Amino acid sequence: MEEFQVIENCLMVKLPEEVDHHRAAYICENADRLIIREDVNHVVFDFEDTRFMDSSGIGIIMGRYKKISCFGGKVYAIHADKQIQRILRMSGLNNIVEVM
Amino acid sequence: MIMETLKTENNQTETRAGMKNEMEIVFDAVSSNESFARTAVAAFAAHMNPTMEELADIKTAVSEAVTNAIIHGYENFYGYSRHGESQPAYFIIHPGKVKIHCTLENGILTVEITDNGKGIADLDKAMEPLYTTRPELERSGMGFAFMEAFMDELDVKSVVGRGTCVHMKKKLGTGAWIDGEE
Repeated sequence: MEEFQVIENCLMVKLPEEVDHHRAAYICENADRLIIREDVNHVVFDFEDTRFMDSSGIGIIMGRYKKISCFGGKVYAIHADKQIQRILRMSGLNNIVEVM
Repeated sequence: MIMETLKTENNQTETRAGMKNEMEIVFDAVSSNESFARTAVAAFAAHMNPTMEELADIKTAVSEAVTNAIIHGYENFYGYSRHGESQPAYFIIHPGKVKIHCTLENGILTVEITDNGKGIADLDKAMEPLYTTRPELERSGMGFAFMEAFMDELDVKSVVGRGTCVHMKKKLGTGAWIDGEE
């Protein structure tokens, strides 16, 4: 499974081309399963292939942040293009997520 | 041919003013139609030469409104009934249709997204950022806030038990970013 990879204590989530409500449940469910099973500290969302995201994507990130932040974990967003960065900023997520 | 006229005319707005274009689509309220809906509206607006940012704004706003109609209006969603299942499934609680009506006139795109779902009881509350009636779906409650931010005009009408109509407008070809950074 390439979309979800555990590297050391990090869960890498490769997001699809379009992140919307239809894709969100699958991403949340699998990420949560690995967070619990593999005992990961940090979650990295990779936006390399992503060209579209709506508020469902914000929900995905916010939900994972809530799950790991109480154990001191961090959430990262990498390879986010201008449009994705703008959505992260507008929702205030750039305050809790490291955008790189 | 139309594109030629647009390019050669000095006063583009006047040329565009003469053009009126209209379309309507009706589709089942299931979440796999979300991407179809936003792509269709973006394609409809594309011949006005909008910027990439404007197209992205339109797609996001349409996606928010259509998703709201499906998961709140008709309470249909795509997900897991309990944890541990291997694949998500469709949960069609109230089968219904979502209608999108678009017009392009004077360089302004008007989008109207209508459902015949359960309606919104407290509209002011619903428009508040981060407010959601269905936290279990783990969406962010940012739907209306995004529609407001990405479009120039937003007007929502709703009758409980009858349905909701989201009316949005956006001026195309302005190229301006909302927060204009970079």
